[in-house]
Amino acid sequence: MAHGNEAAGHGDHHGPPKGFTRWLTTTNHKDIGTMYLVFSLTMFLISGLFAMLIRAELFQPGLQLVDPGFYNQLTTMHALIMVFGAVMPATVGLANWMVPLQIGAADMALPRMNLFSFWLLFFAFMLLISTLFVPGGAPASGWTLYPPLVLQTGNAFPMAVFAIHLMGASSIMGAINIIVTIVNMRAPGMTLLKMPLFSWSWLITAYLLIAVMPVFAGGVTMLLTDYYFHTSFFNAAGGGDPVLFQHVFWFFGHPEVYIMILPAFGIISEIIPTFSRKPIFGYEAMVYAIASIGFLSFIVWAHHMFTVGMPLAGQLFFTLSTMLIAVPTGVKIFNWTATMWRGSISFEPPMLFALAFLFLFTIGGFSGLMVAIVPADFQYHDTYFVVAHFHYVLVPGAVFAIMAAVYYWLPKWTGHMYDMTIAKWHFWLTAIFVNVLFFPQHFLGLAGMQRRIPDYPTQFTDWNMVSSIGGFGFGLSQLLFVWLIIRCVKGGERATAGVWDWPHGLEWTVPSPAPYHTFEKAPELH
Amino acid sequence: MSIVKRNSKLPATAGALAALTAMPALADWSRLNMPKGVSELSREIYDMHMIMVWICLGIAVVTFGAMILAMIRFRKSKGAVADTKLLHNARLEAAWTLVPTIILIAMAIPSVDKLIKIEDMSGSRLTVKVTGYQWYWQYEYLGKGVSFYSRLARTSDLARQRGSGIDPNTVENYLLEVDKPLVVPTGTKIRLLLTANDVIHAWWVPDFGMKRDAIPGFMNEMWISVDADKPGTYRGKCAELCGADHGFMPIVVVAMPPAEFEAWLAQQMATE
Ligand code: HEM
Ligand SMILES: [Cu+2]
Ligand SMILES: [Cu+2]
Repeated sequence: MAHGNEAAGHGDHHGPPKGFTRWLTTTNHKDIGTMYLVFSLTMFLISGLFAMLIRAELFQPGLQLVDPGFYNQLTTMHALIMVFGAVMPATVGLANWMVPLQIGAADMALPRMNLFSFWLLFFAFMLLISTLFVPGGAPASGWTLYPPLVLQTGNAFPMAVFAIHLMGASSIMGAINIIVTIVNMRAPGMTLLKMPLFSWSWLITAYLLIAVMPVFAGGVTMLLTDYYFHTSFFNAAGGGDPVLFQHVFWFFGHPEVYIMILPAFGIISEIIPTFSRKPIFGYEAMVYAIASIGFLSFIVWAHHMFTVGMPLAGQLFFTLSTMLIAVPTGVKIFNWTATMWRGSISFEPPMLFALAFLFLFTIGGFSGLMVAIVPADFQYHDTYFVVAHFHYVLVPGAVFAIMAAVYYWLPKWTGHMYDMTIAKWHFWLTAIFVNVLFFPQHFLGLAGMQRRIPDYPTQFTDWNMVSSIGGFGFGLSQLLFVWLIIRCVKGGERATAGVWDWPHGLEWTVPSPAPYHTFEKAPELH
Repeated sequence: MSIVKRNSKLPATAGALAALTAMPALADWSRLNMPKGVSELSREIYDMHMIMVWICLGIAVVTFGAMILAMIRFRKSKGAVADTKLLHNARLEAAWTLVPTIILIAMAIPSVDKLIKIEDMSGSRLTVKVTGYQWYWQYEYLGKGVSFYSRLARTSDLARQRGSGIDPNTVENYLLEVDKPLVVPTGTKIRLLLTANDVIHAWWVPDFGMKRDAIPGFMNEMWISVDADKPGTYRGKCAELCGADHGFMPIVVVAMPPAEFEAWLAQQMATE
C-alpha cells in the first residue's frame, strides 16, 4: 500500500489509507516520524505527572502523599520514561521526518524496519509502565539499576529487563536505518560536508547507539542471570563484583547522555542560522566537534563513580578526559555565538527556545565541570547539586531543543502557522519556571541534601518549596504546548514553502505541508 | 514576519511575576553554599569549590556577555543586516579551542596533591569499621572490642511515618539524629573501613569533606580528622540509594578531645 508509488510526482492528493490501519501499516517516514513524536509527547506528559507527584511529596518535610518505597518507584520510572520514552523517541521522530527531507531522499532506506522499531518501542513502554501494577511494584533502584539493590525488585524485574531489551533493539534498528539512509541516499551533489548539521549530528548519534545499546543489554542480561540462574557476575559472595555493573552501566550511560544531547546540538545549529539570517559559523569545526564529543564520550564513564574507591591514576584520568570533552562543547557554544555575530536576529519562538538553550545548557556545562573535578565531587556526588546539573543539560538542554525543533518545523509538517501569542506565553513561562524549578537545587545540594530521598531535614524546606512551585508551574505551562499543537494540526494561517524569512536547506523547497511523497526524483543542488 | 509581532511584551512580564513568587526564601543566605567543614581536607575542598565557582562565573560573564551583546546589537528590528561572509576565522577558532583546553587542564591540576593526600591512610591512630545495613549503620572500634549499631532516633522515626500527625518542624534534628552516635577523638587521623552487608550504601558527613561507598563484599578505606579546636556533633546521611529507607539512615559523629574520648572508650570497653 504505502509502496503504491504511482503517486510519484503529483503530490499528496494520492494520500495514505484512511483511519487506524494507516498507522498500523504505514512505512512512510513522515507517518512514522509523527507516531514517534506523538508517542514522545505522551510519555513526556506521563513522566511529567510522576515528576509532579515527586515534587508534591518534596514540597514540605514529612511524608504526606506516598510511601518511601513507592517514591523510589516514581523516580525510577520518571527517569526511565523521560530518557527512553520522551527524549530519545522525540529525536528519532525528528530524524524520521527531517533527515530524508534534508538530504533529499524519498524515504528512509529501510521503511519496514522503521515501522518495526516504532512498535517495538511502543510495546516496550506498555510493558515497562505495566510494572507499576504487578506485585512488588515497579523497579525502585533508580534508573541506574545498581545491584545488589536492583535484585530486590519483585515481579517487575524480568519485565523491566525485557522492556530494556526491546527498546535497545528498537534503538539499534533505528540507528542502522539512519546510517544506511544517510550513507546511501543523499541526493547527488550532497557530499557529507554539505550535509545539514542536524543530519550530521544524527549520523554520529546513530553510531553511538549501535556501540552502547548492546552493552546495556548485556549488562541487564547479566543481572537477569544473577537473579534467576545463580550466576555471580555482581555478587561478591560468589566471586563477582557489584561495581562491575556500574562500569558496564556507565560505559553505556555516558554515551547515552550524548545520544540525548547531540541531536539537540544539531537542531540548535539549524535554528540559530535561520533566525540570524546568516550561515553557521565554522561549519567544519561544528562537524569535528560533534565527532570528537562522540569519541570522547566513550572514555569518561567512571566520572559517575568516583566514590566507589578507584585507583588514584584512574581518578585523575577520568577527571582529565572529562575536562577535555568540555573543549569541543565550548567550540560549539562559541560558534553559535559567532553565528549570531553580525547577523540580523529576530526572535520567533524557535529562536527563543534556541537562545534559552544557549544560556541554560551552558549553566549545566559549568556545573558539569565542577562535578568532574574529583576531590570536590566527593562533596557533590549523589546530592541535589547533581540533580540540578543533569536537569539543566536535559530539560533546558535536550527538551528545549526538541521544543525549538517542533516550533521550527511544525508549519512544515501541518501546513499551518501556529498561534504566535500562545507560543510566546509557552516560552516565557517555561523558561522562567524551569529556573525556579532547578536553580535552587544547586543550593540544596551544596547545603547537603542528598538525592533520591522522599523526606528531608527541615532546614531544606524553603528551597524545596520554591523548587516545587517551579515544578508545578513548569508542568502546567506544558499544557499550552499541547493545546498549541492540537490547534495547529486542525487549522490556521496557511504556511508557505519557506515558512521563515531566511529558509536554508532542502526541507524548505517542498510545499507546506510536506507532501506524502517527496524527492521521488532527486532534487537538484546548486 | 508580521504574525510574530503582536503582544510580545505581555508573556515576558507575566513570567517575571511568576518568578517573584520564589522570593521569600531568598532571605536566608547561609544555606546556599557548601560548608567549610571542620577539617583541613574539607577546607581544601571548599576552597577548590569556590575557585571553580569563580572560574565558571568568569567564563559565564565573557560568553553570556558576547551572546547578550550579539542579541542587542544585531537585531533585525534595529535594522541589522546580516554579514553572510562571516563564516570562518582560523585564528579566533584556534584561540577558543586552545585557551579553554589550557584553562580546563589547569583546573584539574590542583586535584593531584589533594587526591594523594586523600588516598594516604598512613599515620592513623584509630580504625573504625563501618558497615551499612538496610537501614542502619554498625561501628566497630577495631582492636578495642567495642561495637554498636546506630539507627534513626525514635523521635524522627515516629514523625516520619505517613499520617503521623507530628510536624517535623517540632522534632529536634529531624532525620539527623541517631540512638547512638559514632564517637571520635579530635585532632586525630581516623581510618574508616567501609563495607556493607546487603546493598551499597555511602558514608558521608559534609563537614568532613568526604564521602565513600560501602560495598557488600568489599572493603573501602577513607580517613577523617576533626580539628583539635572543634569538638562537637557533626551530622550526615547515607548518600547511596539503598532501598525504601535510604533517606532514613543518618550518621551522627560526636568529636571530643582525646582525653575525654579515652574515658568514653574505657567505659564502653567495660560495659561490652
Ligand atoms: C517536568 C520537569 C521535571 C521535573 C519536575 C523533574 C523532577 C525530578 C525529580 C524531583 C527527580 C528526583 C531526583 C532525585 O531524588 O534524585 C528527578 C530525577 C531524574 N530526572 Fe527529572 N524532572 C523533570 C524532567 C526531566 C527530564 C525531561 C528528564 C530527562 C530527559 C529527567 C531525567 C531525570 C533523571 C535521569 C533522574 C534521575 C532519577 C534517578 O535518580 O534514578 N527529568 N527528576
Ligand atoms: Cu557521564
Ligand atoms: Cu542509602
